[in-house]
Parts: sequence; structure tokens; C-alpha cells
Amino acid sequence: MFMFEKAIVGSRRYWIWLFCLLGVIAAALCFYLYQFNVGLGVTGMGRDVSWGLYIAQFTFFVGVAASAVMVVLPYYLHDYKQFGRITILGEFLAITAVVMCILFIFVDLGQPARMLNMILHPTPWSLMFWDMISLGGYLLLNAVITLVTLTAEREEVAPPAWIRPVILLSIPWAVSIHTVTAFLYSGLPGRSFWLTAIMAPRFLAGAFCSGPALLILFCLLLRKMAGFDAGQKAIDTLAVIVAYAMSINVFFILVEAFTVLYSRIPGDVAHLEYLYWGLRGNHHLVPWMWLSVLLAIVSLVLLLVPSWRRNRLLLPVACVCVFLALWLDKGLGLIVGGFVPSPLDTIATYTPTLPEWSIVLGIWAIGAFMITVFYKIALGVRKEVGEMEVHESTLVAGTASH
Amino acid sequence: MKKITRKDFLRLTGLSFLAAGAIETTRAVTGSAPSANASPAAQSSQPVRWGMVVDLQKCQKEKNCDICIRACNSAHNVPQFDDPKHQVKWVWTQPFETVFPFTQSSYAGQSDAQAPVVLMCNHCASPPCVHVCPTQATWKRDDGIVMMDWHRCIGCRYCMAACPYGSRSFNWFDPRPAIAHINPDFPTRTKGVVEKCNFCEERLAQGLSPACVEVCPQKALVFGNLADPNSEPRQLLRQRFAIQREPELGTGPSVYYLV
Amino acid sequence: MRDRVWIVGGLAVFAVALTAPFWCAHLGTKNLARMPNLALPANQTQCVAPVEYMRASHMVLLLRWREEVVRLGQRRYVAFNGKVYDKSLTQTCLDCHNKEQFCDRCHSYAGVSGPYCWNCHNQPQTHVAGTSLPPMQPEAAAPHLAFTSPSRFPAQAPHPQSLSFPRSMP
Ligand code: HEC
Ligand code: HEC
Ligand code: HEC
Repeated sequence: MFMFEKAIVGSRRYWIWLFCLLGVIAAALCFYLYQFNVGLGVTGMGRDVSWGLYIAQFTFFVGVAASAVMVVLPYYLHDYKQFGRITILGEFLAITAVVMCILFIFVDLGQPARMLNMILHPTPWSLMFWDMISLGGYLLLNAVITLVTLTAEREEVAPPAWIRPVILLSIPWAVSIHTVTAFLYSGLPGRSFWLTAIMAPRFLAGAFCSGPALLILFCLLLRKMAGFDAGQKAIDTLAVIVAYAMSINVFFILVEAFTVLYSRIPGDVAHLEYLYWGLRGNHHLVPWMWLSVLLAIVSLVLLLVPSWRRNRLLLPVACVCVFLALWLDKGLGLIVGGFVPSPLDTIATYTPTLPEWSIVLGIWAIGAFMITVFYKIALGVRKEVGEMEVHESTLVAGTASH
Repeated sequence: MKKITRKDFLRLTGLSFLAAGAIETTRAVTGSAPSANASPAAQSSQPVRWGMVVDLQKCQKEKNCDICIRACNSAHNVPQFDDPKHQVKWVWTQPFETVFPFTQSSYAGQSDAQAPVVLMCNHCASPPCVHVCPTQATWKRDDGIVMMDWHRCIGCRYCMAACPYGSRSFNWFDPRPAIAHINPDFPTRTKGVVEKCNFCEERLAQGLSPACVEVCPQKALVFGNLADPNSEPRQLLRQRFAIQREPELGTGPSVYYLV
Repeated sequence: MRDRVWIVGGLAVFAVALTAPFWCAHLGTKNLARMPNLALPANQTQCVAPVEYMRASHMVLLLRWREEVVRLGQRRYVAFNGKVYDKSLTQTCLDCHNKEQFCDRCHSYAGVSGPYCWNCHNQPQTHVAGTSLPPMQPEAAAPHLAFTSPSRFPAQAPHPQSLSFPRSMP
């Protein structure tokens, strides 16, 4: 069924890894039950910072999900053959990231049992409704695409023709998920930090560097662990994409900073001040934000010099820097920075608590689990097909020699 | 042959799901707008828009008076948490300078900067919380009250992010242990839902004015129909200089402050 | 062959898990086989709807009331026998019925996990008894309380015009 048989044969290392992840997931589940029973007060959130790590992680992973488009688009629209081997990896990454997003939303709900109210009382003027539609649709699209293309690959036939329009649809759909997620924030009056038209473009730029950076890391890892070669050309191209997207992302952040800092409207400046310099003696996010800046600079330097970008040792460093820089910027600063100072000028301290971190870690573990299994399946199918080809060719060679 | 039927079956299933989803969505899109719910007051011919005028001078006459806050808390079972992070507030006070930051120029307004200002839900004409709520658990009634349906709230806290006035509170814990004396006639809330001032909708339905208005010894809170030019609040608004909180956001608060 | 013990063990666990509800029901509710003794209101003979309807569909009625009160602002309920009630869980149902001896008894008999409504909805009076005095204690003597009191609204400072309704109310 669905080629899952490929996922249940593996080395000792594979199984140890999966069981470790299961352990983390189980611990997180305990913490979640604790949060469920006691209330969301066990997190660091409060009346002023009413969204925290969960929603920030959600935002970040919507970006990772959307980034699959960066391999799908060149391959299917521009027939860029080099990406042939890794599109499936990108699509599986998208599925995993969307599932993680849904989980992050779920653990953030105060009344998770009533979640179906979103469907029972559909509310088209709420962007949350559209976010649900776009995320759900994206999950469905990618599930169908991976299933169909992988089945075709295994049966060594061309994928059915109807899948092509579905894949093409998934391209604008990917853009839509992150745009709608940005609209979630940028449409709120009274939250000046988010109230900016560049939010959606900035989200997309951030997504298109952090996602492919992760994909490069996965490719390098798979080369090492599973002997899968994504092709140097493909990795180089991905690195170029990361370099451009990261440059655009940094550019957007600077544009934003200019508008705020040059216009000097106090309410707008306060948020940036809080994040990067500290506001009225509160600077618990300052080191993290500057770390993000530093990582961004390092990664840009490494990525923009062509010979460094192609260097086998420096490229992963650059990718890690990109990923961490964006994780801090989008997965922490963006949400908390929007809430502090509050409209009533309160500066609330937000520090994620142990249960909160554990639950986040658990969802990461679920993501890692899914990606491991998915990649195992994808590579398993590849290997099977490859072996068959070898087998057939030896057979052919054998008969020929007779 | 068998394989094809299974495929067809899956296709059909997928299609029917899509169709069902589409029907639901079109129904939602073409269906009722946020304020389409009727309310008893609106059934009379005269339009009603409940509103409040707060006379800050009268209100600040008696120092440290919190009678309206306590009245509201006990009428609505508002829990009292010590940790400022987890506090639930329906009616509360906040220093003047934080409520009306635009009045704080370098040389003016210093004396009043710390004076407490009574705050509550503004029951906006165009409430951002209502626009964002994904389940219509909060909506605007025809009489201007921004209502909460505590039965439907999923606790996503989008409304809290949207409210520019900090008028919404979340129940981070079970509120019951934090209520000293439960008023049996108004339900408490439970952990995981958002709550806020309801303009004493349950008292209005009985022909009573809001609790805070009724108990104020200074008569500093004046409640009435803003849509009626002869109502008490409208008369006050004609005679005195009044401000609203952050009117530039276009939310149209129904709570005015006489300064 | 080595796996046999795992397979059989797993099947056994599965079988037990599958049938767990039956076992639990059997072990836990031995003496509930007969209908519990429901305490009916002493001085009343009719419910807010015919008793068969109430027995089968009181939850439907309650959910409808809730929708109508909270979302439509319609609070008056004219019963089948012409009596008029306020659509309220605490103030109407529990005015006649006792929660523990009526609702809870039947729910635990029927195996309905106690409706979550009670997380928020209160029982009349029970909480008042024995608790320390609230910050705002009702003054029983204040004349206006009789009026204001559907919510027994506690007011400290009596003031003469507290009943005067804003002129503008329709
Ligand atoms: C999250 C807390 C909460 C839960 C859980 C809850 N309610 Fe309510 N309910 C309220 C509040 C608060 C009101 C009062 C709303 C108002 O008057 O503005 C209310 C009002 C009502 C009303 C109308 C007025 C009244 O006084 O009774 C009914 C009927 C009702 N609820 C039924 C139910 C039923 C049935 C359930 C369980 C299936 C339930 N509620 C669960 C909070 C809750
Ligand atoms: C005026 C008092 C009164 C009120 C108010 C009232 N009930 Fe009843 N209820 C009764 C009486 C009396 C009976 C028994 C009727 C009979 O046996 O014919 C009854 C019967 C019932 C029964 C059926 C019990 C059985 O024997 O199976 C249910 C269920 C019930 N009520 C639920 C409710 C609910 C829910 C409410 C609130 C919506 C409510 N009642 C309000 C008086 C009341
Ligand atoms: C004669 C037995 C009986 C009595 C008495 C009774 N109930 Fe129920 N009640 C049930 C049953 C059985 C169900 C489950 C029905 C179902 O799930 O379809 C139920 C379900 C409910 C539900 C819906 C619960 C849910 O999770 O959807 C509510 C609310 C409720 N009852 C309230 C009351 C209240 C309030 C009273 C007392 C005034 C009461 N009931 C008295 C038998 C009873």
C-alpha cells in the first residue's frame, strides 16, 4: 500500500533513529496532555504576547512548505532536467512541513476539541479560513502529486497526463499559502509592526531561501547516509537560488527598517527598537536578533562568492546559517516583536517554557520522522528501479553474449 | 479491470468531497454577513446603537474608586489572577498617557498623565476582532454590541491579536478557582476561550442598564442609544469635548471619553 | 517462528483493547442495570416540553435555546402548556431539577460523559453556601435589588436612581 513496504526495511541505524524520534514524540505528547489539562498558561504566553513560539513556528514552516515550488517550477515549467531527481524530495518536504504547520496550529488552540467549528461555521471574511483552505489544498495537491509520480516511476511508465495540470496548479498554490499566511498578520490595524505591504513578499523571499537551504542539507546528508546522489549541478543551482532569495530577503528587511527608522513614527520604531536595541531596559530578544543578523551576513558572504558557494565544506555551513538566521527572524522575532510593546504600551517578557519547547521539539521530531520515512520510500523506489535496469541490462548483455 | 474500478472509485470519492466542499464554501460566501443576526432591540423600528460616555473628571473625583470594576467582576464571574500575564479584564483602568498616547506632547498633559482611565471593550462600529474570527464566535449585533459566543470559541486568539485596544482576555487556566464568589446566574468561562466585556447584554435584555453604569457613585458612566439624537450620551457629546481611543484606525469605538 | 510469541501476544493485546469498553462497562457499572431513581421536582407536574420529548431530545432543546439566546437574543420560551420560561440552563432547568440527583444520575446511568456545560454553567446557590464573603456582597435590604436582581446583582452603594433607565432606551 502506497509503497510503505519500502519504509519498513532498513538498517539498524535507521531503526535506532526512528525510535529515538518516537521517544521525543512520546515525551512531547506527555507535555501536550499536561498543557491540555492545565491550560495554555503552562506556556510563556500571556495577555500581551498572546501568540508565541507555536504560531511563529507555524509561520516559519509554511515558508518551508511553500519552498518546494523552487524545485518544481524549474523542472516542470522550464524543463530543467537537473532537478528531476530532487523534485520528489521537495514535494515530500512540502507535505511534511504542512503537517507540521497544522500541528503547530493545533497545539496553539485553547479548545482543540472544537477545531471543527472552523468547517462547521465557515467564515470567508476571516483569513484564518483561507489559510485553512490553502494549507489543506496544498497538502492534498502534494500528496496526489508525489503518489502519482512515484507510482509511475516505480512502474517505469510516464506519469499520467492529467497530473501535469495538477503540478502546475501547485505552483501558484505554493505562493498562495505563504501570501495568505502573511495576510494573517499584515491585515491587522493597531499592530504596526505587521501592518506592511511588504510582509507577503518578505515571507516568500524568506521561504525561498530557507526551504531550498534545508533541501541542500538533506541532499548532502542523503549522499552521505544513503549513497543518493542528487547531482552536483542540481545542488549548485539550488545554492544559487538560496543566494538570490537570501539577498532579496535581506533587502526587504532593510527596506522595512528604512521606512520605519527614517519616518521615526514612535509607535512603529518601538517594535524594532525592542527587537534590536531593547526598549526601556528590556532586551531579552536583542542577542538573538543580532545573532540572526550575523548569521545572515555570514551566509550571504559565503553564498555570493561563487567559489565558496561551490565549496563542498562551506556550502553546508552557509545553508545552516541561512536556516538559523531565518528561524530566528521569522520563527521568533516576527511574532513576538509584533506584540511588544502592546497597544497599551506594556512591555511583556515572553520566554518559552519547558513544556512549550518540548512540544515544539516533538513536532519537529514528527517532521523528522515523516521526512525520514518519505525519503526512505523515495530512494527505495529509485533503487528498485535502478536495480531492475541493471538486472535487465545484464540479462540483455547475457543473452547477447550467448 | 478491477484496478480501474478502484481508481474510478477513488476519483469519484475525491470529486464528491470537492463538490461538498465547494457547496459549503459558496454557501458561506453568499450567506450571511457578520452582522446579519437579529436582536430583539433591533426589531423595533428605531435603530439602536448602544454606547457609553465616560466623564473622566467625574470618574477621577474619587481616588482609587474601583466600584465599577468590582461590580462587573462579580456580575460576570471575572476571575482574578495575580500574574499580570494571565489576568482577565472586562473593565479595568490604565494610566491616561498609555490610553491616549497622542495627547502626550512634550509640554502638555503632564498633570493627568498618570490619572487612571476606565477601559472596556469599545464595541466598535467596525470591529477588527469580528473580521478575523474564523468561527463567528464573536460577531456584531444589530444594536452595536460585539458579542461573544463562548460555546463556539476555539481559542485561537486571533481576535486578541486583532484588537487594537487590548480589550480581549484569554483564559490561560481554569478560571473557577480564581473566582472568590461565583454568581450562579452568569456562567463562568472555561480554560481556553477568549472573553471580554459584553456591555451587560444579559442585563439589557431585562431592561437594566450595565452593572458598571448602575453602581458608579459619581454617575460618570452614561449609557444609552447613540443612534438617538436625544439620548443622554448624545446630549453630552454635543455639549462637551469628547475623544475616542485610536479613532484613526477607523474602528469607530462606541465608548467616548469627556476630557 | 521466533516471532510467534510476538504475533500472538500482539493479537491478544489488540483483542483486549478492542473489547475494553465492554469489560469496563461490565466491571464498573454492575449495579446500574436498573433505571436510577430520578428525583423529580416535588411541586411540579410538567416539564418545559412533553416528557417523552424531554427524555429523548432535551439536549436538542438545550442547544437550540443556547443558539437562540446567545446568537439571536431571544430569551422567552412559551412551553407547550402555555407557560412562559426564560431560556436558561441554570435558571430554568435547575430551578425545577436537581443537577446531581436528576441530570447526573441519568447521565451516568446512560453512560453519557457528564456534559461539559457544567465547566461554565453554575448550579443555583450551591457555590454561595460556605464560601467566604465576596468583595461585593449584596445588601439584601436595598430596595432596588429586588428589581435588579434577576442576576441578584450585588451593589454596594445604594443610589436612588439606579433603576432609572437611560431615557433613550427603546
Ligand atoms: C465556555 C463556557 C461555556 C460552556 C462550556 C457552555 N456554556 Fe452555555 N453559556 C456560557 C455563557 C458565558 C453564557 C451567557 C451568555 C450571555 O448571556 O451573554 C451561556 C449561555 C447559555 C444559554 C442561555 C442563557 C443561560 O443562562 O443559560 C444556554 C441555554 C446555554 N448556555 C447552554 C449551554 C449548554 C447546553 C452547554 C453544554 C452543551 C453549554 N451552554 C456550555 C458559557 C458556556
Ligand atoms: C417547571 C419545572 C421544570 C422545568 C423548568 C424543567 N423541568 Fe424537566 N421535568 C419536570 C417534571 C415535573 C418532569 C417529570 C414529568 C413527567 O414525569 O411527566 C420533568 C422531566 C424531565 C425529563 C425526563 C425525565 C424522565 O423521567 O425520563 C428530562 C430529561 C428533563 N425533565 C429535563 C429538563 C431540562 C433539560 C430542562 C431545562 C430545559 C427542564 N427539564 C426544565 C419539571 C421541569
Ligand atoms: C432520562 C435520562 C436523562 C436525564 C434525566 C437527563 N439527561 Fe441529559 N442526556 C441523556 C442522554 C441519554 C444523553 C445522550 C444523548 C445522545 O448522546 O444522543 C444526554 C445528553 C445530554 C446533553 C448533551 C451532551 C453532549 O455531550 O452532547 C446535555 C447538554 C444534557 N444531556 C443536559 C441535561 C441536563 C441539563 C439535564 C438535567 C436538567 C439532563 N440532561 C437530564 C439522558 C438524560
